[in-house]
Amino acid sequence: AYRTDEGQPWVLPVVKKVEQMIANDNSLNHEYLPILGLPEFRANASRIALGDDSPAIKDKRVGSVQSLGGTGALRIGAEFLRRWYNGNNNTATPVYVSAPSWENHNSVFMDAGFKDIRTYHYWDAAKRGLDLQGLLNDMEKAPEFSIFILHACAHNPTGTDPTPEQWKQIAAVMKRRSLFPFFDSAYQGFASGSLEKDAWAVRYFVSEGFELFCAQSFSKNFGLYNERVGNLTVVGKDADNVQRVLSQMEKIVRTTWSNPPSQGARIVATTLASPQLFDEWKGNVKTMADRVLLMRSELRSRLEALGTPGTWNHITEQIGMFSFTGLNPKQVEYMVKEKHIYLMASGRINMCGLTTKNLDYVAKSIHEAVTKIQ
Amino acid sequence: SSWWSHVEMGPPDPILGVTEAYKRDTNSKKMNLGVGAYRDDNGKPYVLNCVRKAEAMIASKKMDKEYLPIGGLADFTRASAELALGENSEAFKSGRYVTVQGISGTGSLRIGANFLQRFFKASRDVYLPKPSWGNHTPIFRDAGMQLQAYRYYDPKTCSLDFSGAMDDISKIPEKSIILLHACAHNPTGVDPRQEQWKELAALVKKRNLLVYFDMAYQGFASGDINRDAWAVRHFIEQGINIVLSQSFAKNMGLYGERAGAFTVICSDADEAKRVESQLKILIRPMYSNPPVNGARIASMILNTPDLRKEWLTEVKGMADRIISMRTQLVSNLKKEGSSHNWQHITDQIGMFCFTGLKPEQVERLIKEFSVYMTKDGRISVAGVTSGNVGYLAHAIHQVTK
Repeated sequence: AYRTDEGQPWVLPVVKKVEQMIANDNSLNHEYLPILGLPEFRANASRIALGDDSPAIKDKRVGSVQSLGGTGALRIGAEFLRRWYNGNNNTATPVYVSAPSWENHNSVFMDAGFKDIRTYHYWDAAKRGLDLQGLLNDMEKAPEFSIFILHACAHNPTGTDPTPEQWKQIAAVMKRRSLFPFFDSAYQGFASGSLEKDAWAVRYFVSEGFELFCAQSFSKNFGLYNERVGNLTVVGKDADNVQRVLSQMEKIVRTTWSNPPSQGARIVATTLASPQLFDEWKGNVKTMADRVLLMRSELRSRLEALGTPGTWNHITEQIGMFSFTGLNPKQVEYMVKEKHIYLMASGRINMCGLTTKNLDYVAKSIHEAVTKIQ
Repeated sequence: SSWWSHVEMGPPDPILGVTEAYKRDTNSKKMNLGVGAYRDDNGKPYVLNCVRKAEAMIASKKMDKEYLPIGGLADFTRASAELALGENSEAFKSGRYVTVQGISGTGSLRIGANFLQRFFKASRDVYLPKPSWGNHTPIFRDAGMQLQAYRYYDPKTCSLDFSGAMDDISKIPEKSIILLHACAHNPTGVDPRQEQWKELAALVKKRNLLVYFDMAYQGFASGDINRDAWAVRHFIEQGINIVLSQSFAKNMGLYGERAGAFTVICSDADEAKRVESQLKILIRPMYSNPPVNGARIASMILNTPDLRKEWLTEVKGMADRIISMRTQLVSNLKKEGSSHNWQHITDQIGMFCFTGLKPEQVERLIKEFSVYMTKDGRISVAGVTSGNVGYLAHAIHQVTK
């Protein structure tokens, strides 16, 4: 979760404002939302992902399912794919998850019934960057129609994203091999500070004519973690297909949570639908993204100034909340035990944990770990 | 071509269809008796005062929005368990239970269904009363269970077929799962009397069945939260380690906030911890952690003495209005000159009433009188007001005389 420079959680000012508006609106009640969710939320959420001028939206071939966070959107998509993709109830369709990935991806697809979950090459530990060739090779070798979970931006946990040119190569292989793109978009706006930039990959795939799913989370970019606000965007060939898909997703939703929670969706819908509030929100998002970007550049410059062995440009080349520092498990143990700095055994740090007050300490600690422990 | 060319159009939801047709109707006297949500005597949704107060208190605390634990808000789950089990419950006091927050009743049922599928290896069979809430069957099926039924409703008397139920239950294979509605049976409104519950408890104990209680109307049925939880508490006292799903949609009017809970009564606190760990493993790949808003409101109400008192009064008010509408409907039918026995309308309890009307009669009610209900003759008494009960009685009399 995001933290301010004081190390505190941050409720976005625009969220506080909209919550007050909702609280003051006596015409609102707590009645059930429709099964697929609040209509204004759904339409605006998908619009954010695909762009105002999206040809898919103009063609009315976009569907949306309000979900319980990004996880809920992934699960509804996975349940639908298991029932209706590549035949009926084809649990044998391979599902590819990046190595590494958010560990819950595996569980979501497993619990949805898929029996064959595989990894695709992604992180190159030696060069501390994307293993593009490994990734493309895996896609070439994957059985036709395999499902690939792609991180739309700010890859979790490595922070390493393909460049636009690399995305183009990925899309070309996926098209040729008829692979299904399932995007996980948990950090739109939060990664670069720009909604458009962070949605580039998803929009490119849409422009290339793919049918795809995109699981969106508003936990981070709206700071609405515990309200569970997410959206599954479905892009299909035409309106008729999308309509039938949604009708089946409705059945899946009905046996999972019946209808989604209303509070978070109201906050997001109200914000996105008002030009003024929308601008305010974009400003709040940029505040968060800029602080993380600042911490990245400050950490890197300190490490380089200290002469810490190794190269540290990956700290600023990576993006989003997380960074794969490249520290090995022994060095991580040193950080935790001797320096009381908590990070994952993988060397992943949460950049939001950095503040102007602790930057020096963290940089010096990393320097010690790298020089003392091999 | 599309990946989805072979995807069939899902069937329209039967209950939604009722509301859709109602919305299109221009008759000023129209009545929507399909609605599964409480309405006040003006036919409007009712936001409880205690809910508004709780919301104001919550807003003033300026809390952050950090993720809840996977199992939910602890103050809420503890209070939910205490509400269901009773503060003097040995099971509650000893801590030999686990309660996790669920997405209202449906989400809680689903967590339980998935848990049983994964850990209850003795049987795949879940026995539902005939009839039961329409969504029970697909929930259990999607969780990987098989559905069976036991006799419950007697259409000849519009009441409980107790001997049929006891007969069927006595033949259920040992270690099967049986689902019971704790109170205000949906859709019939027919509940066993306490003496009958005692016999049911003894029988399921003898048959060694796993009991799954669905309690969606505690307080909302009789107006008394302890009375409505009597069956649940009796079973536990008889040594039956039940599993339980609770909803706060109706009794707190928190429908769209999705506040609910799933409870497993265990042998001891250690077993409860182990069960909890497995429930979390099931929840994480479904939606990671639950939504805070409804749970916080419910927790504030249950844990703040003044608000709790106010809530008990308000829930009794809702239950009393429903009971009063039942009484008025029967007396209006008598006034219309109906010679039928309508006693079941006041014998039944809760939001719903199985009128006993046949499909052709229901169709006439819809077409000729703009009175909307589901084909099975079920009405939501919540949709009846002192302003329209006379019209309803008149319409029913016309199609049944």
